[in-house]
Amino acid sequence: MNANNAIVLLIALPLFSSAILLLSGRKSDKWGHLLATAVSATTFVIGVYEFFQMHSRPSTDRPLTQKLFEWISVGGFQVDASLLLDQLSICFVLLITGVGTLIHIYSIEYMSHDHNRRRFFAYLNLFIAAMLLLVLGDSYLNLYVGWEGVGLASYLLIGFWNQKPAYATAAKKAFVANRVGDVGLSLAIMIAFTQFGTVTFAGVKAGAPHASPAALTALGAMLLLAAAGKSAQFPLQSWLGDAMAGPTPVSALIHAATMVTAGVYLITRSNFVFDASPTAQAMVVTVGAITLLFGAIIGTAKDDIKKALAASTMSQIGYMILATGLGPIGYAFAILHLLTHGFFKAGMFLGAGSVMHGMDDEVNMRRYGGLAKAMPITAVTFSLGYLAILGVPPFAGFYSKDKIIETALNAGGAKGILLGGATLLGAAITAFYMTRVIVLTFTGAKRWDSKAHPHESPILMWLPMAILAIGSVASGFLLSSGSALVNWLQPIVNAGHHEHNEELLKPAVVSSLALGLVLVGVLTAVFKYRTVPVDAPTKVSIFTTAARKDLYQDSFNEAVLMHPGQKLTTGLVYTDEQVIDGTVRGVGSSLSIISTAMRKIQNGYVRSYALVMVLGVLALVTTIWLVTL
Amino acid sequence: MSIVTILGLIPLLGAVLVAVLPKANEKLTKQVALATSLVVALGSIWLAYKFNGSDGNFQFVESHQWIKNFNINYAVGIDGISLTLIVMTAILVPIVFLAGWNESEGGRWSVKTFYILLLTLETMMIGVFAATDVFLFYVIFEAMLIPVYFLIGGYGRGERAAAAMKFLMYSLFGGLLMLAAVIGVYIISTNQNGGTFDVTALSHLTIDKPTQNWLFLGFFIAFAIKAPLWPFHTWLPAAAKSATAGTSTLLLGVLDKIGTYGMIRFCMTLFPDATKTFTPIIIVLAVISILYGAFLAIGQKDINSLIAFTSISHFGFITLGIFAMTSQGISGASFYMVNHGFSTAALFLVAGWMIKRRDSSQISDFGGLQRVTPVMAWSFFLAGMSALALPGLSSFISEFLVLVGTFTKYPLAAILGTTGIVLAALYVLIVVQRTLHGETTPGNENLTDLTVREKVAIAPVIAILVILGFFPKPVLHVINPTTAVVMEHAGATDPIAKAGK
Repeated sequence: MNANNAIVLLIALPLFSSAILLLSGRKSDKWGHLLATAVSATTFVIGVYEFFQMHSRPSTDRPLTQKLFEWISVGGFQVDASLLLDQLSICFVLLITGVGTLIHIYSIEYMSHDHNRRRFFAYLNLFIAAMLLLVLGDSYLNLYVGWEGVGLASYLLIGFWNQKPAYATAAKKAFVANRVGDVGLSLAIMIAFTQFGTVTFAGVKAGAPHASPAALTALGAMLLLAAAGKSAQFPLQSWLGDAMAGPTPVSALIHAATMVTAGVYLITRSNFVFDASPTAQAMVVTVGAITLLFGAIIGTAKDDIKKALAASTMSQIGYMILATGLGPIGYAFAILHLLTHGFFKAGMFLGAGSVMHGMDDEVNMRRYGGLAKAMPITAVTFSLGYLAILGVPPFAGFYSKDKIIETALNAGGAKGILLGGATLLGAAITAFYMTRVIVLTFTGAKRWDSKAHPHESPILMWLPMAILAIGSVASGFLLSSGSALVNWLQPIVNAGHHEHNEELLKPAVVSSLALGLVLVGVLTAVFKYRTVPVDAPTKVSIFTTAARKDLYQDSFNEAVLMHPGQKLTTGLVYTDEQVIDGTVRGVGSSLSIISTAMRKIQNGYVRSYALVMVLGVLALVTTIWLVTL
Repeated sequence: MSIVTILGLIPLLGAVLVAVLPKANEKLTKQVALATSLVVALGSIWLAYKFNGSDGNFQFVESHQWIKNFNINYAVGIDGISLTLIVMTAILVPIVFLAGWNESEGGRWSVKTFYILLLTLETMMIGVFAATDVFLFYVIFEAMLIPVYFLIGGYGRGERAAAAMKFLMYSLFGGLLMLAAVIGVYIISTNQNGGTFDVTALSHLTIDKPTQNWLFLGFFIAFAIKAPLWPFHTWLPAAAKSATAGTSTLLLGVLDKIGTYGMIRFCMTLFPDATKTFTPIIIVLAVISILYGAFLAIGQKDINSLIAFTSISHFGFITLGIFAMTSQGISGASFYMVNHGFSTAALFLVAGWMIKRRDSSQISDFGGLQRVTPVMAWSFFLAGMSALALPGLSSFISEFLVLVGTFTKYPLAAILGTTGIVLAALYVLIVVQRTLHGETTPGNENLTDLTVREKVAIAPVIAILVILGFFPKPVLHVINPTTAVVMEHAGATDPIAKAGK
């Protein structure tokens, strides 16, 4: 196997597998899930092989490209279907195929009672193929195909149980919000082509230093819009909570570990654009800071365990987006946090799935309580993820999140205070809402009714959880020791060590500060949830009400976009029928000669029309004849 | 005889054959018609195979004197743009026959008449794209109205007679304006090169600007009615609502393309100065069409009129691409015409099966079809994905080319057009949700899934949309040289000319 030629297999294998499962119908019900899992595992093996091959090459020879075919060629617009496997994309390949395979394994059991399990696995494979295309395309247009492909897979999976109208609506909402982001991506590609005559990453990188600041800012803003749609960032965040309608493994893979982080990938991949435009960077950090707090606040008030985790995902991606706005080293830390988050958040989602599995699909944490006894493995693996997201040393999040906080604080001046403050505040709130999840679910008195018989999940489910828990423990340390990941990504993001020069706060100070705030958050939650009423209290502060209502994100969208849009549509339909068509009808009927003729034609069909035709041609011929005389 | 002429004559011969068959044997009639159309489809592929893709000028040219006094000729020839449209037409016709195997029954006239009309129409469709004599083009342009008029009025549903009449009156009005312009051009040519209707010869005329403007408008309004551009569009939803699925497919998929094709072939080629003059207005109309069509599609309650409004939005994109006058715009628009043909076919044909089974075209009468008729539901979903130009499907490439080509010259128009992709997601996903998702609603529990015949009909359409999404090269390859010729003639150049690295 040649390392170059194998890249396409990463995409082709799951794509074909998905097609086979979809086209073969019920015939493949018996083995469909096995094929899909085997294919996913194979892509992981290829990914590992590619990684070691890449690792063994000197830094400058690491990127590989594989040109597949000439895709679009019109005038100066030339786009090849071409793949790029470099230090950045291999990180994603390993994450997608690794976590993806674990989730395939988990789903074999989790979906075993579902009549349409084969279709579920077909969608999962479709997702893997599209996500790999997203990170392997060597141009923005290739990326776009993967970008929409994952959107399609996400739509199909959120709406997997679309017989429930609310789930079908959730799927549609996700697609439409993503499409708003796609307007950004489309326009970014158009700007890139107009400015640089190319849409490849390499071409844009080469051209960026010569472009005008205005063009780069516009390009950056459009890329940010795209990222906001895909990564559920403010102001396009509202779809993620509803996306929890999908089966829980989907929430773990697509709406926690991989697809929603695509925006972070896009900005990191476009680092040459953002580095050259401080304005665009300012927009990025603003969006990141707002979202990290927005998500964290929503997370404090959710009783649905999956929605609490979804809010947390939104918030954690906010950290990553914020980091990508902090210059070269920020990208590396964003990717570091993205990878550790991939482990601990996917692990916690699978844990939530395990709890739901044991609790007859109950998602309300107020009806949990004391589940650690019944589900010890789930409780332990979930808790390891919890320690990781809190940033407790030596768990994974400590290495990644603290670095982002540190970099934000060290941005200097008011910017440093604002961003650093936001990240620290976010860490405290995170500690609060995650502790709340733990306390409500695993500790305290049981609050479930007698019908529930909570039990530990079978090995096919807990094994993936255990492996991800190991990642939650060790991945941060492993990726950070000797700045391994930072050095690995250095050629892509230009993260030199020189940036540490202006260190305002020592890492130890930052960590102490963060840990102190985390402790406050933890203790507040533990104290507040000593007793938990089964029914959510109704007399609560306006802040709690606002958080429960997702800070009115839906009300806002409905009032500002949906209702005016519906009014406009109704108005236009009326205008079209009454005014435009009405005018035409009016003109038609006011000319009685024409209307009489119309009736004649209508009655006489063939003859009359033939007559009109003959007369028309005669008129033509006569006129020409007269004129030429 | 040129291969194009032979290809055009085959359906007519088929029509004659059908005419002499016994009226009672409806099955044989259908089989003969289908066989004829398959021969034409194969022939069109042969034509494409023989076509020299790197040459942007007319090929397979043939000319015979027709009306000597006025130098009117039977003159045909095809270039890259007309070739792709002819191949699309030839592939769509057998699919339409197969898909609507029974839709000829229960009409005002016999099954036999239905197929005679359709086969005659196919001859005209090939002829209209092949004609290089303006008079010949005009005659076919007008004559085509007859079979379509009878197909809607005689075999449609609902208020079919009124819809057919509306279609006819609009088209006749446009045709009248074009006729005047055709005469005008001929008069000018009598003074300059002895009187001709040959499109290439006419393109070398020197016409003063005011005259060009009037002549341009004569052609343009006729074409803007044909490929309805806002505000000339209201006949289309009415026609789509009443026509059979097959007729709608050919009407919107092929016949409406004569409008956008005509804009390239005649408006731009014959009147380059007037084209420049009117470009800003047309771009505004195109953008309005994109957004207006999309908003109205969202608001429709009838599946067929929804599809019609999505097409109005798509014709807006095509017109935008043409008048952006960049390589990407014109090639993208030409490719868009082909993709829209297949995409609309998929929508209308599947919607037709749904409507026939449910005996209603109201969106609200459907619900939860995914669980009852999965294959039909999937087909409709994929057709919808093509309508919203999902990357990976061919319609994405053409839509993106149009937008990127427009952006290099008219960024604001492109930005507004791009917002149409959000509206497209809405108009597709809303109808998908209402018809396919949710609990299966009363009246839909016993619907049957697609038959083998129907699967055979829809499979190639979907396959084409997917394959051209990944490998558009064969089509773009033949369109590009013709685009270059058109651009050169119109005196347009690309702002972003050379490929960057």
